[in-house]
Amino acid sequence: MRVLMRGNEAMAEGAIRAGCRCYFCYPITPQGELVEYMARHLPRHGGVFLQAESEVAAINMVYGAAAAGVRTMTSSSSPGISLKMEGISYLAGARLPAVIVNVMRAGPGLGNIAPAQGDYFQATKGGGHGDYRLIVLAPSTVQEAAELVMLAFDLSDRYRVPAMILADGMLGQMMEPVELPEPIPPEKIPPRPWAVSGAKGRPPNVISSFDLDPYRFREILRALWDTYREIEEKEVRWEEYATEDAELVLVAYGTMGRICRTVVRRARKEGLRVGLFRPISLWPFPSEPLRKLAERVPVLLTVELSAGQMWEDVRLAVEGRAKTPFYGELGGVVPTPDEVLREVKKHVHS
Amino acid sequence: MEIGVIFAGFGGQGILLAGKVLARAGMDQGFEVTWLPSYGPEMRGGTANCTVVIADEPVGSPIVDSPQILVAMNGPSFERFAPKVAPKGTIVANSSLISQGASRGDVRTLFIPMNEIAQDLGEPRCANMVALGATVKALGLLPLAAVIAAMEEELGARGREKLLAVNREALLRGYSLA
Repeated sequence: MRVLMRGNEAMAEGAIRAGCRCYFCYPITPQGELVEYMARHLPRHGGVFLQAESEVAAINMVYGAAAAGVRTMTSSSSPGISLKMEGISYLAGARLPAVIVNVMRAGPGLGNIAPAQGDYFQATKGGGHGDYRLIVLAPSTVQEAAELVMLAFDLSDRYRVPAMILADGMLGQMMEPVELPEPIPPEKIPPRPWAVSGAKGRPPNVISSFDLDPYRFREILRALWDTYREIEEKEVRWEEYATEDAELVLVAYGTMGRICRTVVRRARKEGLRVGLFRPISLWPFPSEPLRKLAERVPVLLTVELSAGQMWEDVRLAVEGRAKTPFYGELGGVVPTPDEVLREVKKHVHS
Repeated sequence: MEIGVIFAGFGGQGILLAGKVLARAGMDQGFEVTWLPSYGPEMRGGTANCTVVIADEPVGSPIVDSPQILVAMNGPSFERFAPKVAPKGTIVANSSLISQGASRGDVRTLFIPMNEIAQDLGEPRCANMVALGATVKALGLLPLAAVIAAMEEELGARGREKLLAVNREALLRGYSLA
């Protein structure tokens, strides 16, 4: 049965259905409905909802719950995510599975609460300190928001790497019909023999993000980076739309990705051969499929609600095989389909 | 088929609710829909608008450049959005609060005294449902019964039959005037 839900609510419901039983937050717009939904529904499922005294406290509670072996999540919006970055780096270093939702607003600084995609660098290339990666998934519809949160829990568990959902204010606020996926039964959640869950009858486990001996620490990080290489091989996700005969392909994710779908339809109506390449996993970035596309499509136009962050990954993937122009908006301004179409027409002719 | 409807007015007029009822009715009738609110640090009396898209395939952009239908509940929203309405589109205008005349010859403008009608019905807050009734008629896509059902679901007012009855009546009045 389809239900009409906000993106924020669908992400919360997805987390509950994925077996998240500890959620810690500090409220911030535009993800307030996620917090409200968790407050209302998580306790009914036997979970813990806790509004912490700060973002820093919330992410460290996530660290604690994850170490104890519980599926756990926190959510925030851009400046709040910045505050969580130290804790996220610790999660990555300690190999703890957890899900972090960022409903992006426009920045830097306090910025405003309008939709933007300026946290791409922060999400995919560090953000916190040290040599680590996050699995980063970018939903484009409310349906996908629910599904990708559930996937984020599974991937995070499988690889013991924290996962981030990179959404934005528009996806968080809008409503769309959702067919909610079946809940994951508790027995399907992977066992956690590494968790600090009480050492009665077994040697104690230690969860730690550091080793003072550089040679031993190097081995820990080598193992971590072997895992990242495996994720890059197995977990790349993307969608292509009308790319078969395209002369220009739009590269866009999240909210901008779905707006570009409308752009493709309008362009096609006018006889312009335009397609869409929509990365779903931002890390690992779908470099290989994009490179293949660049061998037959002369122009790949990246469109972002930023000054051009994913654009760097597009150019790295394409390595000069195609033209890679950029169109972006700043400050929370969202271009309409017609505005993007005007930009398309600068690069392609009927 | 993809139809964009913008509801606009001031905070407290039930703009977001009217849009939500339309989106829900569209979903219940098997269409793809999106509902996108303007969100911001608004207060009662500030501006409010929302965009509903109803389509027979998955909706791409929830933002609409030029809506087929504009529901303008006050003067400022009429001025702001009327120029954007698609040619041959419809403007459902609340003449109780809009003193301007029809500004365009290429769209149909329906002036309806929504506040007075709501007053007549004894519930000033149901002007939004008068607007929605007129919108549903202009849209010609969804049966009024489906919209009434969606309104009842959205208000979720079990045991508040009086409230539902007045909102039903408001939808009917709006529908009959378009």
